[in-house]
Amino acid sequence: MKVTVCIGSSCHIKGSRPVVEQLQALIAKENLSDKIELGGTFCMGKCQQGVCVTVDGEFFSVSPETVPTFFENVIKARV
Amino acid sequence: MRKFDTKVQYLKYKVLREVARQAWNDTLLENVLDIPKMIVPGKVPTMRCCVYKERAILAERVKLAMGGGNGDNIIQVIDIACDDCPAVGYQVTDSCRGCLAHRCEDVCKRGAISFDHNHEAHIDKSKCVECGQCAKVCPYSAIVNRKRPCQNACKIKAISINDDNAAKIDDEKCIQCGACVYQCPFGAITDRSFIINVIDMLKKSQDNSVFKVYALVAPAIGSQLNYAKLGQVISGIKELGFHTVIEAALGADMVAQAESKELVEKGFLTSSCCPAFVRYVKTAFPALVPYISHNLSPMATLAKYIKDHDETAKIVFIGPCTAKKAEAQLEDVKPYVDAVITFEELQALLDSRDIDITTLPEDVLNNASYFGRIFARSGGLSDAVAEGLKEQHLDDFQLKACVCDGIEECRMALIKKAHNALDANFIEGMACISGCIGGAGNLTHGEKNKAAVDSYGREALEKTILDAIPPL
Repeated sequence: MKVTVCIGSSCHIKGSRPVVEQLQALIAKENLSDKIELGGTFCMGKCQQGVCVTVDGEFFSVSPETVPTFFENVIKARV
Repeated sequence: MRKFDTKVQYLKYKVLREVARQAWNDTLLENVLDIPKMIVPGKVPTMRCCVYKERAILAERVKLAMGGGNGDNIIQVIDIACDDCPAVGYQVTDSCRGCLAHRCEDVCKRGAISFDHNHEAHIDKSKCVECGQCAKVCPYSAIVNRKRPCQNACKIKAISINDDNAAKIDDEKCIQCGACVYQCPFGAITDRSFIINVIDMLKKSQDNSVFKVYALVAPAIGSQLNYAKLGQVISGIKELGFHTVIEAALGADMVAQAESKELVEKGFLTSSCCPAFVRYVKTAFPALVPYISHNLSPMATLAKYIKDHDETAKIVFIGPCTAKKAEAQLEDVKPYVDAVITFEELQALLDSRDIDITTLPEDVLNNASYFGRIFARSGGLSDAVAEGLKEQHLDDFQLKACVCDGIEECRMALIKKAHNALDANFIEGMACISGCIGGAGNLTHGEKNKAAVDSYGREALEKTILDAIPPL
């Protein structure tokens, strides 16, 4: 599964860094690093909805606060 | 009229803008011969002896604006535009009053000064070594140094005079710093432009659907296009059709981190950020080449990073630098950077689309730290390397930076290093005085620009280098 987080200016300001760090920690904790490829990109063109995240191409709007539920409901549900 | 330092820049801008307009409209090929007349209509000359010469020179400018020219050098002389300035060196003017003191004669160690029947001084050019002492001591400032501004600007002495008395660049020596481009009062030396490549790229991307075109802006942006807000400049660049705008300063953060590590490993380094400085080391001090940092420049480092994440990405660097245009053609940089344009050219591109950035909303630009951003001015790189050492707990290593502001200071430091007489373990080499903010491709130059870059640096949300570097 490929999870891509936007690290462009706008998403950076909205907290893409803590989103990435939380995802990295959760992936490590759940031992999913061989199943999930976490990557970055600069700008998905949906800056208003940042932090922009895609899971296998499907778009999600995430914030540092919603990472745990996003991880549980979207990522873990699909692994 | 936009703010430029000189009318030469304004003229160059008008040519670039017109070439760009035609290129956007796909009418460049049919109208290319008419551009000189569009810029100089009518019959009254305003710059040269007649409108026909003005147009002939403009035709050459159009060629260079389209990336043409002779040979490979980015920096090109338009020989018909060269005014063949006098280049006689020290000369006594008619301000000489034929005084009694004769300080000029006393100070001249070569015995080159003699006096005529009016007691006025003359310099024997066969004896004179152009030391300038006579000019310094003359109480009437009657002795002047007649040098060509281009030769005066070229501190590495790559400019000579050809058989037709026009300026000639030694392409082997030239480091593409652009000092002569900015200094020539007749605009007879100029840098080739790649704006039509950029326009072509933006068109072929079909609104970034076929591939994405990324703009990397150099940190000197903090001091440029200041008639608008930085956020509006970013909106303007996107309006041109770029997918997104990323700070090259993030590449600088990456370089600062890697370079501080490399410094500890190797014990001595010269910086690799400034392409003119790197080329100078390679051409004039080949024995010191092993000391050049193996890191790519911030531009190339970030471009590589982006292409690692987006294989089909096209990268356009926008900065103050003519030497970056040459760097982008180097074998190890070519795969990452697709085109380089200057801030001058950015202004021309914006106006070719009639984009008034002062009316645009403010977009954001935030990728880099304070330290990455201050790379744009002399001393910034050394500050960043010091910070890199600290953040990586390598502060046992005592950084002794030799900050070289301009190519003359670089030369002095390199000579000392070549003779093992340099009391430093890091040379920060910047070919332009004041660093990148002194670059030839800036719209404006001046004292305020350093303060502008520092304040742009302080606005960075990330205060440390490690915080800025993406965790991916």
